[in-house]
Amino acid sequence: MLKLIKKVAIYSVIAASLLTSANADKTKLTMYYPVSVGGPLTKIVDSMVYDFEKQNPDIDVKAIYAGNYNDARIKSLAALKAGEPAQLAVMFSIDVYDLIEQNAIVSFSDLAKSQEDKKWLKSFYPALMENGTTLGKVWGIPFQRSTIVMYYNKDAFKKAGLDPNKPPKNWDEMVSMGKKLTNDKQWGLMIPSTGYPYWMFGALAKQNGEVLMNGEGTKTYFNNPKVIEALQYWKDLSSKYKIMPEGTIEWGTLRKNFLSGKTAMMWHSTGNLTAVKKNATFDFGVAMLPAKEMRGTPTGGGNFYIFKNTTAKQKEASLKLIKFMTSPENSAKWSIGTGYIGISKAAYETPALKKYVEEFPPAKVARDQLDFATAELSTYQTGRVRKILDDSIQAVLTDKKSAKDALNDAQNQANRLLRDYK
Amino acid sequence: MKLLQKIATYLLALIWILPLFYTFWAAFHSEKYSANFDIFAPLSIQSFYDAWNQAPFLHYLINTFTLVTIILIGQMILCTLAAYAFAKFDFYGKSVAFFLVLMQLMIMPENLILENYKTISYLNLVDTTWGMAIPYIASAFGIFLLRQTFKTIPTELDEAAKMEGCSQLGILFRVYIPLSKSTYLAYALVSVSYHWNNFLWPLIIANSNNVKPLTVGLAIFAAPESGVQWSTISAATLISVAPLLLAFLIFQKQFVNSFLHTGIK
Amino acid sequence: MRHVYGWLLLLPGFILIVAFTHYPTVTTFINSFFSNQTVLKPKRFIGLDNYEYMLHDPIFMQTLKNTLYFSLTTVPLSIMIALAMAIFVQEKIKARSIVRLAYFTPTILPMVAVANIWLFFYAPEIGLINQVLHYFGFNEYNFLGDRDLVLGSTIVMTVWKEAGFFMIFYLAALQGIPKELYEAAKIEGSSPWTTFTKVTFPLLMPTTFFVMINALINSFKMIDHLFILTKGGPDNASNLLLYYIYDVAFSFFDYSYAATLTMVLLTILIIISLIQFGLIEKKIHYK
Repeated sequence: MLKLIKKVAIYSVIAASLLTSANADKTKLTMYYPVSVGGPLTKIVDSMVYDFEKQNPDIDVKAIYAGNYNDARIKSLAALKAGEPAQLAVMFSIDVYDLIEQNAIVSFSDLAKSQEDKKWLKSFYPALMENGTTLGKVWGIPFQRSTIVMYYNKDAFKKAGLDPNKPPKNWDEMVSMGKKLTNDKQWGLMIPSTGYPYWMFGALAKQNGEVLMNGEGTKTYFNNPKVIEALQYWKDLSSKYKIMPEGTIEWGTLRKNFLSGKTAMMWHSTGNLTAVKKNATFDFGVAMLPAKEMRGTPTGGGNFYIFKNTTAKQKEASLKLIKFMTSPENSAKWSIGTGYIGISKAAYETPALKKYVEEFPPAKVARDQLDFATAELSTYQTGRVRKILDDSIQAVLTDKKSAKDALNDAQNQANRLLRDYK
Repeated sequence: MKLLQKIATYLLALIWILPLFYTFWAAFHSEKYSANFDIFAPLSIQSFYDAWNQAPFLHYLINTFTLVTIILIGQMILCTLAAYAFAKFDFYGKSVAFFLVLMQLMIMPENLILENYKTISYLNLVDTTWGMAIPYIASAFGIFLLRQTFKTIPTELDEAAKMEGCSQLGILFRVYIPLSKSTYLAYALVSVSYHWNNFLWPLIIANSNNVKPLTVGLAIFAAPESGVQWSTISAATLISVAPLLLAFLIFQKQFVNSFLHTGIK
Repeated sequence: MRHVYGWLLLLPGFILIVAFTHYPTVTTFINSFFSNQTVLKPKRFIGLDNYEYMLHDPIFMQTLKNTLYFSLTTVPLSIMIALAMAIFVQEKIKARSIVRLAYFTPTILPMVAVANIWLFFYAPEIGLINQVLHYFGFNEYNFLGDRDLVLGSTIVMTVWKEAGFFMIFYLAALQGIPKELYEAAKIEGSSPWTTFTKVTFPLLMPTTFFVMINALINSFKMIDHLFILTKGGPDNASNLLLYYIYDVAFSFFDYSYAATLTMVLLTILIIISLIQFGLIEKKIHYK
């Protein structure tokens, strides 16, 4: 028995060393990435990685799909803490402060030395760089980036006697149209309030003329009167105007609600666009979010980061990979496959995306909306600050607290957490 | 009274099996019918095809199988030895040691996820099958169960074996283990079903697809955020539970009987 | 010699148990008195600060309350249904083995899969339960999005999953009750209900007690469903202590506060065990 175990052990050691020596001269990269909308996104990432490896036979990329944004952050940071090698990751654009505080990432401003690299850093839409830039440096390169858009069911609009080509432009119109669209079988509107409630709320606040935090990530404005008003409006959509169901609305199943005609309008990430397009059995439209004082939406989604604990050779390879994944051609491919925004002007000038946008105009709504976009909620202690705001929004939507009390409490708690960072 | 009880019996059975029927329904129909019932809806196995192609379920299956096997073999060896020590030997500190072992019955590894995670990462076992297995290999439940069984085996039998020149370990292998077969079977069934379904600890430890067991793979695949279609999720769910479900259907009798006979009460 | 031999046999298992039960218990206790270590700030002794923070942490209070409520409802409910199931399938009825199979099947499904299935039941508008309610003209409910319903919804699901497992223990125990007792009861003309309350139930007490304690201890680590169904929401209405610990440890990286919360969990488990030992000492000598 013992002999057998010994034999097996020896052979497996030999086999393992053979395997590793065969790969020894390759630069190995481990990359974590999240998915938080529908569609076969992992397939697209895998195919892009496959193409990259074919072009660069000396680099070996292990792309690990880690769940939603939160899972991806937990996984990659836990791996780093445990001394596991991970060289780069797509993580939430808003994780930047946490990552800097954990001393986990290097800035692209430091990595980009050549003229060409510096030009590359400037090639993206400026609105998408906001969340990744702080302390005067660029820390995150946009990849799967989005804004919130309004999907609406044109057939339902027609049935309710509304013009299907005129979606609501402002809050009042959304309510009045919503009332016409609400009936026994269908709600007028659904705004998701699980998963990423603070994100939806960022849009409402911006539309009311206010942002949720300062640019340094050290202060929040949760109890500003305009912000309270925005939350009150959200609550009123269900309790006062009755165009949205009471309680929280599930981020994950909302698309199915829309597709099966249970709601005439929904707010959701543009990252869902391709999945909606594939599965809709009715004529649908995509519109910018309505305005109160102005139009507004936060940007959202994931950026590329490079971890500090990485050799020079790996850094170089990582940069190469990121450049490849964010090239105009690949960005176009990604945008068409998912609905996420093409991250640079050049992406929209590629023949593929140009043609796609011409044939399917909703594909450019999210990009056009970048003109009204603001940064997504992001501060130091992001995880906790976010949870505070998420919980408060849900507390209001489920009738536990008034908008004013909830946001006052949230602001106090956030102040306490951010005290040390000013 | 009798009639009432009968109605309750069957009604309860219906409620208890309905969710599983629904899963079958959703998995074998196209997405259009997953929330929409029509007896004449066409059957389809497209969802299984989709699920199988969208995530490496074969990999997950192999990983789970490896994990469960490693744990089971480890438990069999370590628990047998420890139970033998407790049942047949007198040694210093035996009752204290026994008490310490039994403490694991109330404080299970999951309750200490954070510190145990630190230990595993200190041992460099994050993202390995061993990392998922090792906290469970020494099981207080297994030790206790085997000790109870060993104690019922009359000492005359080991005297006889000793006369024939058996060593202590020889007695264990020749006398004790063969006479405790049904306990081993019962324990194996409990252990396999527990670890086949275990989620939290593997979730924390496993990162890559070469390590993730079915439960973790399924949870990430079917997370509501990813907006995968219900029919596909149902198919994936069935793929994940099928092996254990089948094994259970085949070994149903043994499963229940071994419980009834080994005195897990 | 026998001492050495005994310890040698015990040692491999013993080391692992100490490494993953006792050692972490001690380090958890110690870490709960220190501040959290980040790259910028080293860890330092802060006495009871973490505990004080905990007492003022509304999320902790909510999760503690939810956890106790969750455990103290799922366990008795599951046990009651399990007992009924066991008695039902003891009877000579048609399709007995199929009924028994139906009762037991949920037990062998992983909680993650169960949560997936029940999500389809609970979803508003498109979920099965709401479709049925709608069809019959009743009000619809947002089971997972309403703070008053969400915890109850997870409890119902858990009872559904767990009852069949406990049934097995009762089946075993019922077989151990001598037939003569029932015959005697019959001769005395006692009704089925009286037979149950006077004969069956008292004789099942040890089983009930054993199942109850183990189910309770087990219930404190049941959080798998939260990863799929609610993430603890809305506003922590369905959040449980261990899930909060997971969040604090792995998404906020606040290891020392997570240790403090873990101490509460351990204390509860130890209290339950003490009750168990106390009762064994006092009157129950069955084991």
